[in-house]
Amino acid sequence: MNNYGITLVVGITLGFLARLFMLRSDYRQFPGYPHGYVTHLGLGLIAAALGAVAVPALVEKEYTAVTFLALAAQQFRSIRDMERQSLAELEELALVPRGKDYIEGIARVFESRSYLVMGVSLATSLVTFFTGWPYGILAGIVVMFISGYLMKGKTIGDIAEVIPSKPYFKGALLMVDNVVIMNVGLAESREKILKEGLGVVIKPKDDNARATLNSIGQRQAILQVTASLLGSKKEIGELDWTPLARKDIDTGKIALFILPVEPDIEPLIKAIKLTPVLESSKVNPLQSLPGSQAAD
Amino acid sequence: MDVELKQRILALIVLDEARDRVSPGEAPAFYVKTKKEQEWLALVMSRTLMAMAHDLENGVYMLVKH
Repeated sequence: MNNYGITLVVGITLGFLARLFMLRSDYRQFPGYPHGYVTHLGLGLIAAALGAVAVPALVEKEYTAVTFLALAAQQFRSIRDMERQSLAELEELALVPRGKDYIEGIARVFESRSYLVMGVSLATSLVTFFTGWPYGILAGIVVMFISGYLMKGKTIGDIAEVIPSKPYFKGALLMVDNVVIMNVGLAESREKILKEGLGVVIKPKDDNARATLNSIGQRQAILQVTASLLGSKKEIGELDWTPLARKDIDTGKIALFILPVEPDIEPLIKAIKLTPVLESSKVNPLQSLPGSQAAD
Repeated sequence: MDVELKQRILALIVLDEARDRVSPGEAPAFYVKTKKEQEWLALVMSRTLMAMAHDLENGVYMLVKH
């Protein structure tokens, strides 16, 4: 096999492996249907091929090949639309919806992953072409891990403390800590909630975290992750079991209530901590002058 | 496309002794004799209307479509 052949094969393989690796590493964000895997792996293969082919093309002075990259960008954006659309459609019949912010976040992640795949295969083929395939593979793996590390993002566990807190009733008002969650009229429901309901307080560690948790999209994402990992007893027409997250307006902490299928507090806390901080909800007021001056 | 009205009071379930606290207008009022009957009606109506029963703690329950 000539040098171009090896460059292409190694570049495409590493790029494809990178996509496979990224599919595995983030199962929670994936709808999990086999056809979805096929779609994303297929597009991953195309992205890898585009990245790998760039080096031989440029060496051959085929500069027009670069325009193909623009075509690729267009394709990747269509992945984002595809993912957004399919998730939004599933959303209509979800008892605990993901919310628009979470969907946008997931869609964005899928788009950016294609660029990462292209980056991995480009780096791999570049190193392979000039130094040989063992170094190429090494370079690919290194870039894969660097991009994996950079794209990791924060979770709620990084920005906030999660403290268990037993839900109780003040008259008909369901409370967690000192925050009113909702008014539950039916006495039977109140009994069930007292028996099986779980509550936690999510305490932001700093003002940035407080601003992030203030986002309704972020709170909905937390609810969706916990409800999907622990199950929620919410049923059509039975709104008493709706999981809710409400803010203490004075301190910015979030009180969360859920009636899970599995009433264990430890897994609940773990599930909340696992929830990704959404890009669209992330705000850093402390990094601005007025924001840091206002903080005390 | 389904069109649905939300955040609306669908019905009031009122204890006889709290009759003077409501004036039926947009939402119908159901008068009941006992607290037990009120609870039961609230449960049945919340399930059939797919609405949530809220206790106003003055002898009145309201069913709200959220």
